[in-house]
Amino acid sequence: MVKLMINGQEVTVKEGTSIMDAAEKVGIHIPHLCYLRGLNEIGACRVCVVEIKGMKKLVTACNTACEEGMEIFTNSPRVRSLRRINVELILSDHNANCASCIKSGNCTLQSIANDMGIITNDYNNIAEKARWDLNIPLIRDASKCVKCMRCVQICEKVQDLGVWNLIGSGYRTTIGVRENNNINEIDCALCGQCITHCPVGALRERDDRLTFNDAIADEDKVIIAQVAPAVRTAWGEQIGLKDKDATMGKLVCALKKIGVDYVFDTNYSADMTIMEEGSEFLSRLSNRNRYKWPMYTSCCPGWVRFMKTQYPDMVDDLSTAKSPQQMFGALSKTYIAEKLGVDPSKIYSVSIMPCTAKKYERSVREVNSAGYGSDVDLVLTTRELDRFIRSDSIKPQDLIDMPFDDIFGESSGAAVIFGATGGVMEAALRSAYFLATGKNPDPDAFKNVRGMDGWKEATFDLAGTELKVAVVSGLGNARRLVEAVRKGEVAYDFVEVMACPGGCVGGGGQPFKDGEEKAEERAKKLYGLDKINDIRFSHENPAVKLTYSEFLDNPLSHRAHELLHTDLNSWNLDMRQDMEE
Amino acid sequence: MNRLYIKSRDTAQKTVEGLYKDLERRIIASPPGQCPVDLTASFLRVCHSQSCGKCVPCRVGLGQLQHIIDKILDMDQENDMEDIRLLERTAEAISAMADCAIGTEAANMVLRGIRGFREDFESHVKYHTCAEYIRSNIQAVPCVATCPAGVDVPGYTALIKAGRYKDAVKLIRKDNPFPTVCALICEHPCETRCRRNLIDAPINIRGLKRFAVDNCGDVPVPEKMDDTGKKIAVIGGGPSGLSAAYFLSIMGHKVTVFEKRAQLGGMLRYGIPNYRLPRERLQWDIDAVLSTGVEAKCNYDISSPESMAEVRDNYDAIYISIGSHNAKSIGIPGEYAKGVIPAVEMLRGIGDDAMPDFAGKVVVVIGGGNVAMDVARTAKRLGATDVSIVYRRRRDDMTALPDEIGGAIAEGCDLIQLKAPSRIETDKHGEVKALWVKPQLAGQADESGRPRPIDSSEPEQKIPCDIIISAIGQATDIRFFEEFGIPVFRGNIKAARSSVVDTVSGIYAGGDCVTGPSTVINAVAAGKVAAANIDTYLGFKHEIEVDVDIPNPDPNDNPPCGRVEMKERYAKQRGNDFDEIEQGMSLEEAMLEASRCLRCDYHGFGSFRGGRDTKW
Repeated sequence: MVKLMINGQEVTVKEGTSIMDAAEKVGIHIPHLCYLRGLNEIGACRVCVVEIKGMKKLVTACNTACEEGMEIFTNSPRVRSLRRINVELILSDHNANCASCIKSGNCTLQSIANDMGIITNDYNNIAEKARWDLNIPLIRDASKCVKCMRCVQICEKVQDLGVWNLIGSGYRTTIGVRENNNINEIDCALCGQCITHCPVGALRERDDRLTFNDAIADEDKVIIAQVAPAVRTAWGEQIGLKDKDATMGKLVCALKKIGVDYVFDTNYSADMTIMEEGSEFLSRLSNRNRYKWPMYTSCCPGWVRFMKTQYPDMVDDLSTAKSPQQMFGALSKTYIAEKLGVDPSKIYSVSIMPCTAKKYERSVREVNSAGYGSDVDLVLTTRELDRFIRSDSIKPQDLIDMPFDDIFGESSGAAVIFGATGGVMEAALRSAYFLATGKNPDPDAFKNVRGMDGWKEATFDLAGTELKVAVVSGLGNARRLVEAVRKGEVAYDFVEVMACPGGCVGGGGQPFKDGEEKAEERAKKLYGLDKINDIRFSHENPAVKLTYSEFLDNPLSHRAHELLHTDLNSWNLDMRQDMEE
Repeated sequence: MNRLYIKSRDTAQKTVEGLYKDLERRIIASPPGQCPVDLTASFLRVCHSQSCGKCVPCRVGLGQLQHIIDKILDMDQENDMEDIRLLERTAEAISAMADCAIGTEAANMVLRGIRGFREDFESHVKYHTCAEYIRSNIQAVPCVATCPAGVDVPGYTALIKAGRYKDAVKLIRKDNPFPTVCALICEHPCETRCRRNLIDAPINIRGLKRFAVDNCGDVPVPEKMDDTGKKIAVIGGGPSGLSAAYFLSIMGHKVTVFEKRAQLGGMLRYGIPNYRLPRERLQWDIDAVLSTGVEAKCNYDISSPESMAEVRDNYDAIYISIGSHNAKSIGIPGEYAKGVIPAVEMLRGIGDDAMPDFAGKVVVVIGGGNVAMDVARTAKRLGATDVSIVYRRRRDDMTALPDEIGGAIAEGCDLIQLKAPSRIETDKHGEVKALWVKPQLAGQADESGRPRPIDSSEPEQKIPCDIIISAIGQATDIRFFEEFGIPVFRGNIKAARSSVVDTVSGIYAGGDCVTGPSTVINAVAAGKVAAANIDTYLGFKHEIEVDVDIPNPDPNDNPPCGRVEMKERYAKQRGNDFDEIEQGMSLEEAMLEASRCLRCDYHGFGSFRGGRDTKW
């Protein structure tokens, strides 16, 4: 332990504790911009500078360890004036058009500058010019980048793709796609983790709200929306809704107010995915020698992109079942249209997703199968939905609980946990058990795959067959697992992979706040929803049953194959939204 | 009233002089991986400020060159190739028309740039950023980047500061199994770009390393990894061969070193005198290498097709590291007279304790490299009454380290500069009587940038002497290997940067026999590279790492502070024996010097990706 003084207060902390953490311990907050715990402790922005008695140089609180007897001042007149100059310098290299910035109100730099009351700046603005293809789901505005390096670190250390790197040199040093590449020509998974860790507005998703508005404006179109499970855990965070008030019913209400004709639940198609993927798994199991193992889930398009670019020889090991989003899309222009009595060509199918890669998935030409252009016409992230709600001045008190439209709002508890790491696996096992034995297991029999560990393993008995499964989230973990599989160090039957740490609840399209990692908390909400659901099994979802009895016959039927499965090998990796649509 | 004044400097001028010094140090400390276009623009600005303003091409033109380069560099402007063409023709015009060197040399610098790194200009025009290689060459830690073997200098400096000398040696051995040798005689390229130059002077890195090896006691080598069953032959037991052997042995391979001479060490034993590298210190490193399980076969000459075939048939890979031990001929009449001794032969004999007797002899050494200094100082110790070093260029052009030249002079050797040996005069018994030399002028610079020596009109001069030692360079003994089918290039073995000679049969080569005579750290680095690539060639990916945590630096203002220089025994005292000249740092000195380290592994770019490669 070391004892030191911070702003006249005595603090005792463990050796190696940073000045920032020590100060926080006694309620002294030191502003910081580039710091990201465990990932980016490099003291690049120099905002967290503090004064140590006896030293001329200021030191960064984020990566300087406390030492016995230090006397630290975090707000001395000298620190104040120097830190202010530093923030002015950062602002001078930043396109601070806050009024028209997507991050306004949730921007770390804006808060720091506002809190310091910086209203004038002595320096010329030298912000770099932005050059980017705005037609790509992931948009980087170079003029706003503060070179904090967080995107580089998260992509390298957590996602193990290294899409971003420093480019240029000297004062022209900036962040770019590694080796001066074009983002559309390299192996970016479009997971969006760089976006959710950017402290400013330099990284964002392509905002498709205007396209959505055009669709609403078209009176010929019938707008059908699907809402992914993870969206309901986070949509209220930034529109002033307290957790317990941010119900699914209010989200339905909000979408209706915006102009959606039918609001359905992606959970319905998540249950369909389980039926198809679970049946596929059992079918592969009964022809064990014809397949390579394990079978991997394919509902995460970030993971699919990862597999296609990093291990193209393993694409056949992915399930051919489409993701819930795409199953819903295909069904919305076939069976659902039929049930609603709507001409499928008039349907505009929009999905609300916690995900940036979903924008890519919907634009893959090869995924469409309903015969009416794109199966999913538009993807909005949770953040875009929130922006839509705010721009319509819809206030929390204006929202009431409304039910999903009949009947594709029906869902099982198995589907809702899709949004958390391990959820797809658990849901699949619940139904696979039924499909294999004709009996339901205890719905909580497979809860060993829950939790936030990046790489989980479990072994289950499936009607006498021992199944070894694994669940990973985060592409770095995915790579470790795949490498271990390839080297023969581990062997599994079934593996669930989600590109984002913690699964979709921590998705790249979710609301976020600097310094907060909310995946765990949000996942708990999903497991709570599962627990209170009367239906815990995908195969018991009445809408699912009806879909099979009226339309598809059985899982893996010819029609199911046509509509609900896809050849991932044929998928194009082009990120650009198809312009001629 | 007064017609003349004594020139004096005012405060402003004095300050500017100081700034020039700062600038010099700053340029010395240039980090590797700078954009050459950006650098050109910056230099151009300095050049332009030097313009007296009289002539148009310089006063106006240099400014226009700046504007063009600034536009090319500007990330916000759209440029095209015409900008580069305009830059080139403007610079050509200035070079041809400026009245004095201020203008012409500035323009020439730009022209050299356009021709030397056109790719960089084009990258800025096309992509608004530096060429990709620039970023991949940006090195966080200058000393590690400039060390051929990539030794973790800030790491061991921090360990020394913490009193953890054993750990320091362990850390050094991760990349270099010759910590003692390098502590005593490394040319320390690591110091050249030390960021401390920006403040005062580079850290005395070699001196600190010496402090670590002087105080570490026994340091066991890392445990050998699982036996791979692979056998590797290393031909030549010098620093390169032994380095490769050390790493390969730790990786779990069975390594045999074939050494032609009686003892291991190569040039370290047979080229470097004891007073610089005492034999017992050398042996400490060699013993550590051998303790990894390396088998050494001394007096084992691989120089026949049969012996080579035997090695090839019985081993899975071969590393050739035979060094460069042949003497080059002087090429003047009388060269083969009695009393003319090639330096390498003399040092080789001394390596096996065969000391020639120079008592009462007058000795002349021909050459200007480190070997020339070594033999001159050795001759002095062997009793020579007079030792002169004859060199055809100037002292400043010598390739020997300044300290070595200074040492020789201090011990009483004479330096005879700008004298080219022309013939050797012998007596009737065929013994050396004198060296005749032709006085030289330092002429126009050659490709190396040094003035080319040209004959002056002065007559030849006679330097009477009994012994002539020629130290004009060494050659590699490639005859046999060439016959065996090993590719050669300019008198050395031809190997790729990966040290590979032949990918099919697993033959690798490195060290002096590939580069020609070079430094010990280059030899070690080649051995390290070969070890990694031989391991890969054999189908493995063993990683060399070390389990030593590096202490973080304390907050520090880093005020200017003197560099601790190494002390030596007094010239008069040391000049007559072969005991070591240099004295290590005291504890006090070492702590002061270690605390000067700026810890570039932790500050600046070093903090970005961890500041070090923990394994290779």
